[in-house]
Amino acid sequence: MTFSLNTILLILLGLLTAILAPLGISSKFQLDVLTLIFFTAYIGQSWNILGGYAGQFSFGGVMFFGTGAYTSSILLTSFGVPPIIGIFAAIFMGAFLGLIVGYLSFRSGLRGSYFALITLAFAELLRVLANSVEFTGGGVGLFLTYAPGLHNLQFNSPTGFYYFSLVLLVISLVIAMWLERSRFGAQLVAIRENEDAAEALGIDTLKCKIYAIMIMGGMGGAAGTFYAQKYLYIDPPISYSIALSVEMLLVTIVGGMGTVFGPLVGSFFLHIVNEFARHFIDTPGVSLIVYGFILILIISFLPNGLVGLFHRARKKKDDNDA
Amino acid sequence: MMLEVKGLTKRFGGLLAVSAVDLEVAKGEIVSLIGPNGAGKTTLFASISGFLKPDEGAVNLDGRSIINLKSHKICQQGMVRTFQITQPFATLNTLENIMVGAYSNTSNKNIAQLNAERVADILGMTSLLYQTADGLTVAARKRLELARALATNPKLLLLDEVMAGLNPTEIDEIVEVIKGIRDNGVTIFLIEHVMKAVVNLSDRTYVLNDGKLIAQGTPKSVASDPVVIEAYLGHGAAKMMTNGGKS
Repeated sequence: MTFSLNTILLILLGLLTAILAPLGISSKFQLDVLTLIFFTAYIGQSWNILGGYAGQFSFGGVMFFGTGAYTSSILLTSFGVPPIIGIFAAIFMGAFLGLIVGYLSFRSGLRGSYFALITLAFAELLRVLANSVEFTGGGVGLFLTYAPGLHNLQFNSPTGFYYFSLVLLVISLVIAMWLERSRFGAQLVAIRENEDAAEALGIDTLKCKIYAIMIMGGMGGAAGTFYAQKYLYIDPPISYSIALSVEMLLVTIVGGMGTVFGPLVGSFFLHIVNEFARHFIDTPGVSLIVYGFILILIISFLPNGLVGLFHRARKKKDDNDA
Repeated sequence: MMLEVKGLTKRFGGLLAVSAVDLEVAKGEIVSLIGPNGAGKTTLFASISGFLKPDEGAVNLDGRSIINLKSHKICQQGMVRTFQITQPFATLNTLENIMVGAYSNTSNKNIAQLNAERVADILGMTSLLYQTADGLTVAARKRLELARALATNPKLLLLDEVMAGLNPTEIDEIVEVIKGIRDNGVTIFLIEHVMKAVVNLSDRTYVLNDGKLIAQGTPKSVASDPVVIEAYLGHGAAKMMTNGGKS
């Protein structure tokens, strides 16, 4: 995919809006929702790199998030390492975990649902481990002290965290755009489409898949630090929650797998649907039903996600113009 | 020698799929491999190209042993195979498909695209560049297989039945294309069922039956070899043919 002038202008306009948004939004709640949307879009993008581009569906993506959260938090609480350095350790540990999981599962040729299940197993394993060893604080979890400041990656207003999440989001979008234009990205897509053919054409499929899961791992690690510094508390169920593993694949599938903006679009859509359903429907639980129903509709009728819908509409317009 | 295969053996459990096959392909040759269905041709190809691990034997490409190398390494050494059942990157368009092959020599997108366009031009696929692969006709998909392989800039091409399912006109076209590729210095080793193409194209032919090589030589001499006729048509067939149909 090459970006036309219009697309570039649209991206710049979106970025400018995002940068200026806190000036116009006075409600803390709305800014928090936006932060959450960006955060989910970011972590969805990490899933998208391995799942959407390389076609390797993971069901335990949260393992990188949790490992990153513990890495920077333990470094902070036990060794006094400031999170601004800790986040790089978290990225490293996430990528390293990706290397281990990727090597073990891809080398033995696990694909499809088998790969999805093994990642789930790794995430569960880490959750149980974090629960039972001492240095993670076990089931009690880790409490971080509130001390706002850039070196702590803590901020005394929602605006600070909003910009933090925006920076993460922009980095993830840049990575995805690079994939769209690079040889590595083309090789990942080739692996997704047909692994044997990719191998026959000289692509080291094992190496490419491991690189992809390492990128995912590094991104997930940074997300963990973000979460820990924002909420100041982590424990095994939060750090290795299956719900987050599901959420990162959900926003990507709804938005459009293997596209730059899929996770962002999906994240916006799902959060807004969720908030509206909660806001307008008073009966408890019904909002979840509505949310689930919309999900089913999208997955059945829009296999390429919302971004796919947009592409289809544009293609139709091009065909009519031609 | 571009390709030397010595004593290559491949078993699947108790089944001897390829048995002690020796063959050679010289630089610049077009050599074909024929044989009845189930003779082990594709297995032999897969064992040569690293997709299957042979049980015994040696394979040398341009003087260097490539046995036990993974297929992507073998491709980087200059030998690339196509698949009998076409394996396109279905959601990508023709250009993107060919570019995957072209990327094996460059990491630069523009160079890869130029190379892909050049290869598409050689194969007469320029008008299909922006069509997605899953919408292509059988003939176009076969060409796409060939184009992708060619884009890796190989020394030796292994073509697995690139003419199966094509009509006579399409076969004539692709025969010309393959000759053109050879004239550009690429050695070609192909599996083929279409005898007209085998005779037209190949300098030499090997015949495989039940995993063993039973004959070799020029396509014409092989086609009239009684052993080959019996392998295809059954015991006594050669005698029947020489006697004009009477047994």
